[in-house]
Amino acid sequence: MAIERVGSKVFKFYVPLAAYLAFLLFPFYWMVNTVFKSNSELYNMDLNPFYVHSPTIGNIVVLFTETIFLKWMANTFIVALSATLISLVFSLLAAYAIQRLQFKTSGPTGVAIFLGYLVPQTILFIPLAHIIFKIRLWDSLWALILTYPTFLIPFCTWLLMGYFKSIPKEMEECAMIDGASRIKIFRKIILPLCMPGVLSAGIFCFTLSWNEYLYALAFISSTAKKTVPIGLVTELVRGDVYHWGALMAGALCASVPVALVYSFFVEHYVAGMTGALKE
Amino acid sequence: MDAINASEQTYGQSGFRRRISQALENPTILGLLFVAPAELLLLIFLAYPFFLGLWLGFTDTIVGREGHFIGFENYQWLLEDPTFWLTCFNTFLYTVVAVIFKAVLGIGLAVVLNRDFKGKGIMRAIVLLPWIIPTALSAICFWWLFDSTFSGISWALIKLGITDHFIDFLGDPWNARWSLIAANVWRGVPFFTIGLLAGLQTISPDLYEAAEIDGAGAWKKFRKITLPLLTPLLTVVTVFSTIWTFADFQLVWIITKGGPAGTTHIFGTLSFQRAMQGGQFGEGAAISNFMLPILVTCVFIAFVFLRRED
Amino acid sequence: MAEVRLENVCKQFDEVVAVDNFNLNIKDKEFVVLVGPSGCGKTTTLRMIAGLESISSGDVFIGDNLINKLPAKDRNIAMVFQNYALYPHMTVFDNMAFSLEMRKRPKDEIKQRVQEAAEILGIEYLLSRKPKQLSGGQRQRVAVGRAIVRKPEVFLFDEPLSNLDAKLRVQTRLELKKLHERLATTAVYVTHDQIEAMTMGDRIVVMRDGLIQQIGSPLELYDTPANKFVAGFIGSPAMNFFDADVIRGGDVISLQSGEVRIDLPAKISQLLADYQPQQIAVGLRPEDLVVATEHAPGQTIQGTVEVVEPVGNETYVALNAVSFSLIVAVGRKTLIKTRSNLVIAPSMENLHLFDFESGKAIR
Repeated sequence: MAIERVGSKVFKFYVPLAAYLAFLLFPFYWMVNTVFKSNSELYNMDLNPFYVHSPTIGNIVVLFTETIFLKWMANTFIVALSATLISLVFSLLAAYAIQRLQFKTSGPTGVAIFLGYLVPQTILFIPLAHIIFKIRLWDSLWALILTYPTFLIPFCTWLLMGYFKSIPKEMEECAMIDGASRIKIFRKIILPLCMPGVLSAGIFCFTLSWNEYLYALAFISSTAKKTVPIGLVTELVRGDVYHWGALMAGALCASVPVALVYSFFVEHYVAGMTGALKE
Repeated sequence: MDAINASEQTYGQSGFRRRISQALENPTILGLLFVAPAELLLLIFLAYPFFLGLWLGFTDTIVGREGHFIGFENYQWLLEDPTFWLTCFNTFLYTVVAVIFKAVLGIGLAVVLNRDFKGKGIMRAIVLLPWIIPTALSAICFWWLFDSTFSGISWALIKLGITDHFIDFLGDPWNARWSLIAANVWRGVPFFTIGLLAGLQTISPDLYEAAEIDGAGAWKKFRKITLPLLTPLLTVVTVFSTIWTFADFQLVWIITKGGPAGTTHIFGTLSFQRAMQGGQFGEGAAISNFMLPILVTCVFIAFVFLRRED
Repeated sequence: MAEVRLENVCKQFDEVVAVDNFNLNIKDKEFVVLVGPSGCGKTTTLRMIAGLESISSGDVFIGDNLINKLPAKDRNIAMVFQNYALYPHMTVFDNMAFSLEMRKRPKDEIKQRVQEAAEILGIEYLLSRKPKQLSGGQRQRVAVGRAIVRKPEVFLFDEPLSNLDAKLRVQTRLELKKLHERLATTAVYVTHDQIEAMTMGDRIVVMRDGLIQQIGSPLELYDTPANKFVAGFIGSPAMNFFDADVIRGGDVISLQSGEVRIDLPAKISQLLADYQPQQIAVGLRPEDLVVATEHAPGQTIQGTVEVVEPVGNETYVALNAVSFSLIVAVGRKTLIKTRSNLVIAPSMENLHLFDFESGKAIR
């Protein structure tokens, strides 16, 4: 670029960036901060709350011993992984069909799926509750495993369609001339080539499942079946007593798996997001 | 698997199996087969509930009991309910203000991040964090941050001399509204930032160089080149964000549950309260259905723009 | 007055020196071409004149003004980019008007100047279209139009023809040259195509690895290249090169390569009087090799014809002389058969000799 002036670089870049980073990371800092404070320190407003005076892991202990936090984690994992699996498989097949097989109603089907993505859960949860109750899946993890794909599949299909677009048609045509059946082509050529896309989609599904709250709140009532966000909010606030330390500990511990998955696959996540937007 | 084997396979098969193999070569049949699972699931758990929801709005269904058709009674009842009107107001306020803030901050941040600098990858990863962390968990954190007795923000403001008492973030209606908007913006900016950053990277640097030579300064370059070229993407991102913010639930429910005294309810939370806690499925569905006109408008706008791009 | 002076200009990117000690005086209204292979520093030099790259050391003057620290927008130069850099969301008119708008010229003046420039380039009928509705050639004209609207002191061209197909390129070359005559403004033109350089430049600067190899008019570069690189770069088909041993026999010097011997006439032998190394590089252009009837050792080279390429107005013959190969340009009427024997005589006035180690021309 043209001649840079040092002063302007600092101003236009570092200052806004630093300010934003502060705004962005502060809640995380506060969360971690709170976790390691004892109750007495937490509620003592004479002390500077911005750092921990006498660290303790008491809150974490409370979290793991006085609640069934691990059970909630297990539930959330089960739901997330199952819903992701179902969604990935269904989306992969659907995306390939719409993008490549181009059968008669493929266009409208694609549009319909896209529209499905735009229907928010707050419109669907009441009728869904009705249905879930009717088919006796009330208070069961299956209610979540079957309903989560409704918002996972549209996005994944979209994302994977984009991926299929980037695989040259000639490759499939060549395989057809070589004598492979369509199903073989799908298994042996398409699938391996779209693995990065599948990975991106999978990570998205995983994080989106962890992020879900409404359905989990509406369809599950017994403590043992709750997912982490629901469990934390409903069980750590007993009556008027808010166990903030344990709450923050829960929030922190629950964030870890998602953050881990994310950190390993950042590139894929961003690629998935931007790829979908470009469509 | 090679050419000879594959065709031999079909040749050697019995009539029935061969018919299946051939059918599977037909793109239409295979296509319909492949979309079937997804279509089925979406039909049962998305399309059907969607229409069921519309229907429920016209009934007096209560949990556990089938409802009867009551026409527009639910809607009339709601239109006379002051809480409902307040909810309308809140939802619009929440959506409009939060989306504007997110868009402006998002663009700004995207422009700042668009240079090449060391640690760009890490910076991008960090910037996305609020979006990745499950909303509920960050909502819990904000809930604590906004506590009227123990908020660290209040403590800091008092120490800095800006104010002299602990701010009642969530107990005062307007404070609560702004707090919720702040939490929503915190969470939503990354979506705009990363999306727009990708858009910025598609603008060829040649254009900026040509503009530089043509005599444009930084602000002019932004206004005359960056913004116009970013507009299509910006529109899509904004439409999505609008839909999600408008139909939000988690953030508001966890932080205020629609309080204090129902002054921060948005459509999602009011609907939940009336249906799940009050048992009034019909009424709850009617509230949800009020969201439809806006949603439809947004989708329409998105479509118009996507069509134009073709 | 728009002379452009570059004095000892250097550009360094981290450890890489892209341009080293560049010295050039461009006269007012002159059309100078910077030519060389990819990575030779020609585009970097152009961008330094434009203000798109900072100058590591040295001075650049436009007229009497030292412009080193001046931002691009204040240098009163206009540039045509390789990929045209047309603003995709603006019409052709707005694209061309943009720079004038930036300078806050009144609307009438803008309209008039854009119209004028459009007429010169024959694109008036395109003014309300957007770039994506234009063909490659049309976009190129708009890019040029955007530049001439400015009436700058210097025009800069960054390989503007490389994205056009061959036929369009030839046509546009002519038009650009005519345009330059008409506008009478100093121009600096960058290309990797030596034909463009030869046909368009008043003077040519040949660059390689950041260093100037030679500055001169097209025919100077063709007839008296300063080194082996320039000799091989300019001219198509390229000059033939082979290495030979220097055999000194009294006053006469011969060059020997395998079976081939060339006896040098006295004038040329004199040039080699102080030449130390045993070997030397010889250069001969295809058109300076004449078909002979008989082989006379010392005067001619004989060999087998491997490939015959009739181009239409002449024919190129690839000759295998065992220790090296040559391309010979023969008239279209001369019939040569593949695998036949051919004898050619090199034209001694046009024999080029280059120092074996440095590649410098020996003249």
